[in-house]
Amino acid sequence: MNLTANLHTDLLVVTCHENRIDSASAIQFKERMRDITETPSARVMLDLSNVAFLDSSGLGAVVAVMKLLGPDRKLELAGLTPTVAKVFRLTRMDTVFTIHATLPDNLRKAG
Amino acid sequence: MIHNIDSFYRGLMQLVIESDPTAVRSGLAQLLASDMIQTMQDGARGTAEIVLAEVLNNIVEHAYAGDNGAILIGLAHHPDGVHVTVRDQGRPFPREKLPQGHLPEIDQFANLPEGGFGWYLIRTLVRDLTYLRTDGFNHLSFCLPYEDSL
Repeated sequence: MNLTANLHTDLLVVTCHENRIDSASAIQFKERMRDITETPSARVMLDLSNVAFLDSSGLGAVVAVMKLLGPDRKLELAGLTPTVAKVFRLTRMDTVFTIHATLPDNLRKAG
Repeated sequence: MIHNIDSFYRGLMQLVIESDPTAVRSGLAQLLASDMIQTMQDGARGTAEIVLAEVLNNIVEHAYAGDNGAILIGLAHHPDGVHVTVRDQGRPFPREKLPQGHLPEIDQFANLPEGGFGWYLIRTLVRDLTYLRTDGFNHLSFCLPYEDSL
């Protein structure tokens, strides 16, 4: 599970470099997110723009990560691809997360 | 591991996979690459991947529940969608009935659910869902619409 993180003042941007978060990778995703979010920050933004597919195990793992961060540290999502957005919408999890269409311009890296 | 792929002609496909998450992942890639699913609209293809993933993961987690076993998947072209049949020799559903698949309560101030979405997604996205337990097999069938409605 290839995740990388960049800290921008109080915002930790975590980029998922895998094209799916599914039942074969959900546990690794959750563990890797736990490690990577040990870097202190007020907010965490998960960039899912490389993730073409997420199943209910992957969704459960994203929810688990939000709970792991606790009530005072927000998990925001960015760059949901169409099928991933559909899973969030159908399960109404889109009402729970702050979802950004794309990463804010100043946080996007060239390449 | 994929044992056997018979692509008889464009309107029919059969696939047998082992019951484990990695085999489900590669099996899904095979199914998604079939002519029938490739000709779907983008949204309908995404829906097909969601449904097939949930159905197969459910068999791995609950029917075989960690045991070895084979999952047999058939796709057949129908005028209004791809007709899917899935068979396994794992445990039957409780009382031999499919789960109701109600959406778990979503309350961001309470303890959010981390599971229980699978059957809700399946029931929301397919048509003509049937389940039968005979001769030690679970038989599931449903239709994946060619056009995206959600």
